[in-house]
Order: sequence, then C-alpha cells, then structure tokens
Amino acid sequence: MAVAMAQARSLRVRHARSAVGVVSTALCAGAAAAALLLILGYVVREGAASISIPFLTQVPHPVGIPGGGVANAIAGTGITVAIATLMAAPIGVLTGVYLAMYGRGAFASSIRFLSDVLAGVPSIAIGLFAYVVLVAPFKHFSAVSGSFAFAVLMLPVIIRTTEEAIRSVPVTIREGALALGLPVYATTVRVVIPAARAAIVTGLLLSIARVTGETAPLLFTAFGSQFWELNPRNPMAQLPLQIFNYAISPYPLWHEQAWGGALVLIVVVLVLNALARVALRSRTSR
Amino acid sequence: MTSIDAPTSTIPDEPGATRAAKAQLSVRGIGASYRKRPAIRNVSLDFKPRTVTALIGPSGCGKTTLLRCLNRIHEVTRGATVEGVVELEGQNIYAPGVDPVAVRRRIGMVFQRPNPFPTMSILDNVVAGLRLVGECRTRSAKLEVAERTLRLAALWDEVKDKLDRSGLSLSGGQQQRLCIARALATEPEVLLMDEPASALDPISTAKIEDLMTTLAERYAIIVVTHNMQQAARVSQETAFMLAGEEAVGELIEFGPTAELFTRPKDRRTEDYITGRFG
Ligand SMILES: Nc1ncnc2c1ncn2[C@@H]1O[C@H](COP(=O)(O)OP(=O)(O)OP(=O)(O)O)[C@@H](O)[C@H]1O
Ligand SMILES: [Mg+2]
Repeated sequence: MAVAMAQARSLRVRHARSAVGVVSTALCAGAAAAALLLILGYVVREGAASISIPFLTQVPHPVGIPGGGVANAIAGTGITVAIATLMAAPIGVLTGVYLAMYGRGAFASSIRFLSDVLAGVPSIAIGLFAYVVLVAPFKHFSAVSGSFAFAVLMLPVIIRTTEEAIRSVPVTIREGALALGLPVYATTVRVVIPAARAAIVTGLLLSIARVTGETAPLLFTAFGSQFWELNPRNPMAQLPLQIFNYAISPYPLWHEQAWGGALVLIVVVLVLNALARVALRSRTSR
Repeated sequence: MTSIDAPTSTIPDEPGATRAAKAQLSVRGIGASYRKRPAIRNVSLDFKPRTVTALIGPSGCGKTTLLRCLNRIHEVTRGATVEGVVELEGQNIYAPGVDPVAVRRRIGMVFQRPNPFPTMSILDNVVAGLRLVGECRTRSAKLEVAERTLRLAALWDEVKDKLDRSGLSLSGGQQQRLCIARALATEPEVLLMDEPASALDPISTAKIEDLMTTLAERYAIIVVTHNMQQAARVSQETAFMLAGEEAVGELIEFGPTAELFTRPKDRRTEDYITGRFG
C-alpha cells in the first residue's frame, strides 16, 4: 500500500518534471522561431514593394532618377561567390578527407587547430588580409580579391564538415571495400567519399550560404560598382555592399531599394539552406 | 543440393597432390591484440583446400579476430597488431613486402554484419570488386557476373527485377546474401564467413549452407557459427576456441567435425557442445 503510494507519487513528480522540461524548451524554441519570423516578415513588408522585373534586371540609376535595380549586384555576388567556391572547395574537401582518413599525427592536429582558429577570425580581418595581399600590391580593387577573402572564410567550414562527413561513414563499409581487395586509395575514392557525398555537399552549400551575406570583407576588396561589370579583375557590384550603401544614403528611394536588396539576399540564402537540407535527405534514396 | 554454376576456380589443380596433405591456409602461432590488449594467443591450425572448416566458441572468444587475421584486415583497425605466420599455399602473407591488397583479393570475406556499399545499386555492389581492376565494364558483363553470383547466394529471384535499386533497400538478410555474392564475384580461393546466416530465415540459411557445400568443391571455406547443428551439417573440420584466463582467446581443440562432436578430447569442448557453458 505504502509502496504503491510512493510509486504513484514518484510517477507524478516525474510527469511534472517532464512537463516543465517540455514546456520550457518549447517556449525557447517558440521565441527563437518568433524572432526569425519577425525579421523575415519585416524585410518582406519593407522590401516586397521594390521587387519588380526592372529591379531584378536593371543596373542602378543615378541619384534622383527613379527606377533602377540591383541586377549588377546580384551578378557580382554570384560571380564572386562562385570563384570563391572554386578556390575553397577543392582545398577544403581534400583537407577534410586527409584529416579524416590519415589525420593522426602532429601535422594533422596543427592543421585542425589552425582551421579552428581561422573559423574564429572576424571576417573584416580576413578582408584586410585580402587587401594587403591582392589589392594593395596592384593598387586596384577587384572582385577576385573579394573571392579570395570569401574562400578563406569558407575553408574552415568545408574542412570541418567534410572531416565529419567522412568520419561518419561506418568503418564496416570501409573494411568491406578493403576486404574485396581494393587498395586504400580506391576504397577512399570509390566507396568512402561517395558514401559521405551528401553530407559534403551540404557542408559546401552551408559555407556558400555563410559568405553570400558577408559585407565586411568586400569593403576594401570587391569595393562595389554602379555599373555592369563582369570582369573579376575589376571592382564589382555586390549585393550586400549595395544594401549597405543604399541604407546609409539620405534618399528614401534608395532606402526602399536597400530593403528590396535585403529581401533578395535573404531569399538566396534561404534557398541555399533548403538545398543543403534536400542534399542531406537524398543521401540514401536513389 | 542445388545444381548451380560455381565460379571457375583460380586454383591450379595439381595432379598428385593428395587432398589432405597440403594445407591451403596454414596458421602458425598467431596472436592478435587491440591497443596492446591481447584478444587471441598462439593459435595454430591448418585449413585444408576444398573443405569447410567451422570456427565455434562462446561470444568474445576471438573467432572474428582470428578470421580478420587471415586476410590481413585486422591490421586496418587502429591500434591493432598481429604476430605469427599465416601461409597461403606455402607463402607467408605477413612476410615483409607482401601486399595486403593482393592477399585480400585471394581471400574473400563476408562480415558478421551486412555492409553493402550505401551509394551503389545492387548490381554495382555485386561487381564492386571487379570494376576497379577494370573488369566488368559493360552492363552485359555486369549482369552476367551478377546473375551467376546472386544465384549462388540464393538472392537472384528476389532482386532480378530491381538490380538498379540501392543495396540499402534490401532487408538485413538480403543484404547479407548480397555481400556474399559480392565476395564471390572476385573469385577468391579462400572464403572467410563470419556468421553468414545469423540474420537469415531457415530457408535462406539452408540455401547458404548448400552454397558452402557447393563452393567447397573448389574453395576452402572458413565459417564462424554459433549454431552447432550448422557446424555439424556443413563442415568437415571444426575448431573450438575459448577465452581462457585473462580473457585471451585460444584454440582448444581442432579436428574432423564428426570426431570433435562425438568424441571430444578436451573437457571444455565437451562442456561447450553439450551446452554446459558459453
Ligand atoms: N575493435 C575492437 N577494439 C577493441 N577490442 C576488440 C575489438 N574487437 C574485438 N575486441 C575484443 O577482442 C575480443 C574478441 O572479440 P571477437 O570479436 O573476435 O569475438 P567473437 O568470438 O567473434 O565474438 P562473437 O561471437 O560475439 O562475434 C573481445 O574481448 C573483444 O572485446
Ligand atoms: Mg564475431
């Protein structure tokens, strides 16, 4: 009798505790989601009015002339990020594979440490570094120097996610390939990396999403431009820079366009994140 | 017995070589450890060609570890070490300069848990070992190998219409048979099987046992099993292992299956096969 009551009591206590846990975590999750939705909703409300075909296909008009768009900035951001990806992806993925497959010694540990340090360096400092290395010597701003800064920002993300992706491939899969008489190299390239491919692609997309909205490293590298410019050796319009310049300008029209640009940027980043999720989900289905 | 084509043998049939005289795989004083902790010690025995040898013993006695020493896959584990000699047709596979890759091509393995390659189709899983040495490029060549080996592994009828589906789309037992077909495709001379039937239903188990008997006409087969009846049914020779003091596995008794099961020489063997411990 007493035992049964004690049990019932401890059960009630447990239920109460778990209820408190569920409610408090749900509240926090709700708060986080609400903050996100609020920001999104605000940007949509302020930016939606500027979104139009001309806005997406025209270059900026001079001050005072209505209309104009951010097409050159969208193209510039696309080109700059694409070049950055071409620079960072091969090095990052190969480094991640190396760390996961062979990274036991002091050399690997120091690479891992450097990568972690790099991940914590403020993006403006990396922009300064790119300026010193690729802008100052040539006395010329260029999109490619911005790409270089982006690539440095992307590297630690790619290295870390690739290493994790490779490590999460079960050792039994690797042993299965070795037991068939495949050399270590073939095992890595034909079996282990493909098994980790979805997670590696996810990491790449997340690293792209991470830099697409970066503004600080572009200030003294890609610099920005009001014109169509597709040559990466020249200064090039960039969406985040355009938003920044419009936002600090005194003209109401430009303020509206800054919101429009911000909306475009957010949509691009959201799409990249969504793609990353899809890539991860398609891991096994075929 | 099912009458199905076995893969052509790569072992030259030496005229005059008496069946029992020459060991296919000769194990001399093998010991293996994980991070300095010994798991098996001083195991010596001869695996005969065209023979099914069963490895039995309680869980944790080192059966898998011994098996993994026979195709040099043990050393792949971080911190794992091996000592002793394993001779494949007279050649020590642990001699300096011997390429473990070449050893593993000649000694195939089916793992305790099925491990199909997750990104490959059923068809590509089967021919994975051949594709890399440049064989089996065309689809018809792949299909030819796949049909032959999947029939052997008693899986063909279940997968023949979905060869392009992912290997992971199969059930656990089907995956295990896929892995058996994959191991057969490279036509090894010795086949190591670690509890190949532990995830199978009685019908597939019977098929796999038939397969072992068929393959034993050409290959040496070494099979780990917890099932005494299975060991008695399929094997001609049986090795009994037991983890003694310090939990290090040792070979207790080795001999013809019929003898070991009816007239065990060692008390511990008798206790084990009559179910008194383990
Ligand atoms: N990867 C590993 N790392 C460390 N120790 C291991 C590892 N694999 C096995 N061992 C140890 O080696 C000993 C032998 O293990 P093994 O897997 O060979 O046993 P087994 O006879 O195959 O058992 P089972 O019948 O359960 O499969 C055990 O004590 C186990 O704890
Ligand atoms: Mg085992």
